[in-house]
Amino acid sequence: MSKLTSLFKVKQHNLCSVFFTAGFPKLNDTEQIIKKLESNGVDFIEVGLPYSDPLADGPTIQHSSSVALKNGMNLDLIFNQLEAIKETVNTPLVLMGYLNQVIKYGEAKFCQKCKDCGIETVIIPDLPMLEYESHYQALFANYGISNVFLITPQTSEERIRKIDKITNAFIYVVASSSITGAKGEISEKQIAYFKRIKKMNLKSTLIVGFGISNKATFNKVCEYMNGAIIGSAFIRFLQEKGVAEIPSFVTKILA
Amino acid sequence: MSFFVDKNGYYGQFGGAFIPELLFPNVKELEDNYLKILASDSFKNEFKELLDNYVGRPTPLYFAKRLSEKYGATIYLKREDLCHTGAHKINNTIGQILVAKYLGKKRIIAETGAGQHGVATATVCALMDLECIVFMGEVDIKRQAPNVARMKMLGATVVPAISGSKTLKDATNEAIRDWIGNPEDTYYLIGSVVGPHPYPDMVARLQSIISKEIKEQLLAQTGNENPDMVIACVGGGSNAAGAFYHYLDTKNVQLIAVEAAGLGVHSGQSAATSQLGEVGVLHGSKTILMQDEYGQVIEPYSISAGLDYPGIGPLHAFLHESERAIFMNATDKEALNAAYELTKIEGIIPALESAHALAVLSKMKLTKDQVIVINLSGRGDKDLETYITHLKDE
Repeated sequence: MSKLTSLFKVKQHNLCSVFFTAGFPKLNDTEQIIKKLESNGVDFIEVGLPYSDPLADGPTIQHSSSVALKNGMNLDLIFNQLEAIKETVNTPLVLMGYLNQVIKYGEAKFCQKCKDCGIETVIIPDLPMLEYESHYQALFANYGISNVFLITPQTSEERIRKIDKITNAFIYVVASSSITGAKGEISEKQIAYFKRIKKMNLKSTLIVGFGISNKATFNKVCEYMNGAIIGSAFIRFLQEKGVAEIPSFVTKILA
Repeated sequence: MSFFVDKNGYYGQFGGAFIPELLFPNVKELEDNYLKILASDSFKNEFKELLDNYVGRPTPLYFAKRLSEKYGATIYLKREDLCHTGAHKINNTIGQILVAKYLGKKRIIAETGAGQHGVATATVCALMDLECIVFMGEVDIKRQAPNVARMKMLGATVVPAISGSKTLKDATNEAIRDWIGNPEDTYYLIGSVVGPHPYPDMVARLQSIISKEIKEQLLAQTGNENPDMVIACVGGGSNAAGAFYHYLDTKNVQLIAVEAAGLGVHSGQSAATSQLGEVGVLHGSKTILMQDEYGQVIEPYSISAGLDYPGIGPLHAFLHESERAIFMNATDKEALNAAYELTKIEGIIPALESAHALAVLSKMKLTKDQVIVINLSGRGDKDLETYITHLKDE
């Protein structure tokens, strides 16, 4: 059983995940960021692979990607950094990147490296379901890797049910039709969307992402879904306050 | 082997729809409807009426006598530069704006490099009374000022893309992000044979009017509808797709695609994608793109904003891989020289993009009876400042 599945077995509410871009703000911050998030109660951590053309990300995460790339971050370095802390980190880590990075690195090599680092879950937003089923599902399964799918307010019920059936990680519930970091509060329309999804009684854990920026938005979405991912707000915090202040960021959300 | 798209949107291994879930409904809606719309009598009638009376089609197929004498071949120029708005781009935007209208969309977004697609989109939005937002790299906004002014005059909002190399690739990223944030009322009017399926196929079909006319006009002028060779420049590749389309299955017509080599293919300042690129995913389709060992997209370079793109459309990637088309390239300097030459000997100032297609004539061994059609995709008004600057340097 994967670390994430074990976590979801014991905790179904108020799951808190934080996203950061590997190599930002400094090339070698990965270990410190993960350890500080872990020791302050974050349930699982999303590690972003910086990419030159991150289509689904807003300006904040795009900027962090661009800084990380300028810092010299690349896939080999990230895998090295993650492998080095593998034994000392218990929090499940989820890798988030774009498909072109995986193709160029070599799909099998990418999977093997994930396995070596203890990564069991990936989010590749531009890997569509059709491609996943025809080319990646079997390969990922061979390496014990689960793929997370996204759903949005526009995703049809039929498609959501199909995603629920084929995923063995969690469903990433995109809070609104927008790129990351675009919205500041949870609207009635969004609540109606969460309620609609909740009524579907899906087997998967439902984690909300995009636009979760503070305690209020985190608590609000947790009333309806299993948990939430905070991305852009954390990146902005890292940029302004630095890695040392991470405990205060997490405490403010979870207190 | 078929050179046309299959039911899943693939040309061989290239194509498909590699899009985030956030775009799935938009792309699916288009995929489910585009063939029906394009095949409907009302679309065909409206499209033809606008192409004939608004765009000014058919564009002439001009026998370039002096150019032919100079290169010792029989050279025809397909005069897409004479289209309304100055380039072939208007064929596609007229078609897609009708598709957008049929789908009930109210807001149109587009990306542009040289500005020709932006102008063509702004034009059809003015014609159809639809809101128009054009994303354009900050660098391109500076080097294509006349087209920016035209877009604004036509009522479009021009939004600068300030990430990456601040050129076409980044404008495309910004347009896609906008579309993600506005999935219901917005239509993304893509300007080339790139993007997720069905865009490459839809744009190729809309541009195929070019090769349809070449066939008819060549038959009328020479008695044979097939030339020996069709030459076109390739950035994303829409004018080339249009010029090649009806010849794709006619193997004895040689297809020549010309990419921008910038300062030289291996200079580090180039956009010769087929030479420098590898298989990957960019802007929603699997194609050939310029990337580093970790899959980070490499910033392209060309003097010509319309060719300054790190990928090519999936059809072209397949034509390259299957060797159905020969991919050549021309440097900035070779393109400039070709432009000056055409201007002097035929009195036609070509767009810098089209000048790349002209530039390969001097690299070929030609014979007098060889019939060559060069797609003159656009006119050079927008590039005058660049031409004048470089003339001073000569």
